[in-house]
Amino acid sequence: MTSAYPPSDTPNPSAPSETLNGAQLVVRLLERQGIRTVAGIPGGAILPIYDALSQSTTIHHVLARHEQGAGFMAQGMARVSGLPAVCLASSGPGATNLLTAIADAKLDSIPLVAITGQVPRAMIGTDAFQEVDTYGLSIPITKHNFLVNSAEELLDVIPCAFRLAASGRPGPVLVDIPKDVQNQTITVEEWPEPGVAVAMPEASGELIARAAAMINAAERPILYLGGGVVHSGATELALALAEKAELPTVMTLMALGCMPHDHKLSLGMLGMHGAAYTNLALDECDLLIAVGARFDDRATGKVAAFCPQAKIVHIDIDPAELDKIKTAHVGIAGDVKAVLQRLLPEVTLHIRTRWLLHVAKLKADHPLRMPGRDDPRTPYGLIHAVANCLDDQATIATDVGQHQMWVAQAYPLRRPRQWLTSGGLGTMGFGLPAAIGAALAEPQRTVVCFTGDGSILMNIQEFITAAEENVNVKIVLMNNASLGLVFQQQTLFYGQRIYASKFNATPDFIKVAAGFGLQTLDLDGASDPQAALAAALATPGPMLIHASIDRHEQVLPMVPPGAANKDMIGH
Amino acid sequence: MNTILSRNTPNSPAPLRTVLELEVNNHAGVMSHVVGLFARRAYNVEGILCMPIGDGAVSRIWLMVGEDARLEQMVKQLEKLIDVRSVQRHGASHEVFVRLEEFFH
Repeated sequence: MTSAYPPSDTPNPSAPSETLNGAQLVVRLLERQGIRTVAGIPGGAILPIYDALSQSTTIHHVLARHEQGAGFMAQGMARVSGLPAVCLASSGPGATNLLTAIADAKLDSIPLVAITGQVPRAMIGTDAFQEVDTYGLSIPITKHNFLVNSAEELLDVIPCAFRLAASGRPGPVLVDIPKDVQNQTITVEEWPEPGVAVAMPEASGELIARAAAMINAAERPILYLGGGVVHSGATELALALAEKAELPTVMTLMALGCMPHDHKLSLGMLGMHGAAYTNLALDECDLLIAVGARFDDRATGKVAAFCPQAKIVHIDIDPAELDKIKTAHVGIAGDVKAVLQRLLPEVTLHIRTRWLLHVAKLKADHPLRMPGRDDPRTPYGLIHAVANCLDDQATIATDVGQHQMWVAQAYPLRRPRQWLTSGGLGTMGFGLPAAIGAALAEPQRTVVCFTGDGSILMNIQEFITAAEENVNVKIVLMNNASLGLVFQQQTLFYGQRIYASKFNATPDFIKVAAGFGLQTLDLDGASDPQAALAAALATPGPMLIHASIDRHEQVLPMVPPGAANKDMIGH
Repeated sequence: MNTILSRNTPNSPAPLRTVLELEVNNHAGVMSHVVGLFARRAYNVEGILCMPIGDGAVSRIWLMVGEDARLEQMVKQLEKLIDVRSVQRHGASHEVFVRLEEFFH
């Protein structure tokens, strides 16, 4: 067989043709992509790739204990680096176990390349052992997917998978490779270039001018930043825009850290658990400038009542996001970094004394209450106590639930990619493996994973991966022996009929963690929790830090599901 | 394609159905990608027709779908599919399905 690539005009004489099988090809292409760490679990249908991987001197394979863990480790690497990361799984259950992590990456636009083994082509469609329609299952949850038909195709498919994952709106790409394709031998005469993000078409200058005119004419504008600002690397430009035009700025859950929490223009997170002043300011704004945000229902509340007085400028790299939820007065399809670069000179310097004073008054009258913030034995107090021990270099991951919302409200995030959380899919079990991935990608940082007792149990097997890799991950477990957000909703909206949200049996998490080889700290027994935390966070390596919290603690304020943001309760 | 488009007179009444014309890369998964977009939104595809064109590397898919508020978003979603090269909208009176009617008696 021959290479998939036509002979080059300028053949490189120093690179003689090589004969490799599909599996070796995959590993070589990953090496050429610059991939240095992959996470996965082997199995029958992907063993040729694992055999080839065993010969790689540059790629470190992290053996997860569940494929979902491997998927989230790759996500952790991708979220902190902004580059596509790789996870591997075998066919059948290996592939199905990956699906949740892939779906999570799709909803949060995380660049991921998932490689799965498949039964040999001749056995596809025969209900072979560990055969499942991975291609079909992954269609709705990937940006694109491939079922590879020959070893030759890999020369196209692997770089293409990386290019697609990273280009435009990032997302997960799945490559399903039958075992016989992995074993098929071909001669490679020329290697393809690694797949990298391709530039997007330029946005319309006329639309940018109109957006600038609207910003210049607005009296009560608000800047609304989404995860796209992080993905695009546009944080500094967004900040410059806010400062030049004096725009009070709200952030989605995904954008936290884009504007430092203590910036004078920051109104923090909007939406369901945003501060009252944030949602009330949005209710009054006359112009909403949405940048890399998608008007998610947890951000907008009842859409018809979201920013009812506002005209909308919407900038997004994905044209399908424009007019999807809210019709924009000016919708600009383009990379937000490129658009902001061109928008900035057209925006006039503005002093908005009246609007900023009004927003400041809203903030004073309707502050985010953080009861117990000086007591490390309360949720807000614990979060502040952890933050007191760390600087902006730390990476903060969370699981999903009450702890996630408390951290989103209260942690002083100050840089993009400091914050790793499962936004769109809201996947319990995300936190620990994502934190491990973050620590693998950036071993110089302390990674804190705030979690709950419900979430941690969903991927607790990765404790042993954390121990094996000796990653610098500190797991801060807020234990209320319940599914806290469910408990809260049943308390508030279901007549206090608490059902299936209290754990009547709970593990001894300290013993469990110790059994997995982690260091442990139980804050419940600490006479000086702040000092104990400081010592623990300064100790290298993985550690479980356990803190009991009251089951009746609530995340407030809260917009009742389906209600308008201004009708939030508990503020 | 231009002759097909030109047969939609601008003053014809708003059709209840729309005909979409897609050019797609011809491979085993492409139909799944296309109809999956509709299926997962409970958006029925009333008619579907697909044949390779030219040397067979590209296929043309004709879809007849209900004209509703989601159509704009559906077209954008179709355009996002990597294997979809182009999407065009035609009126329901487009002859491609009309001519097929004799096979459906």
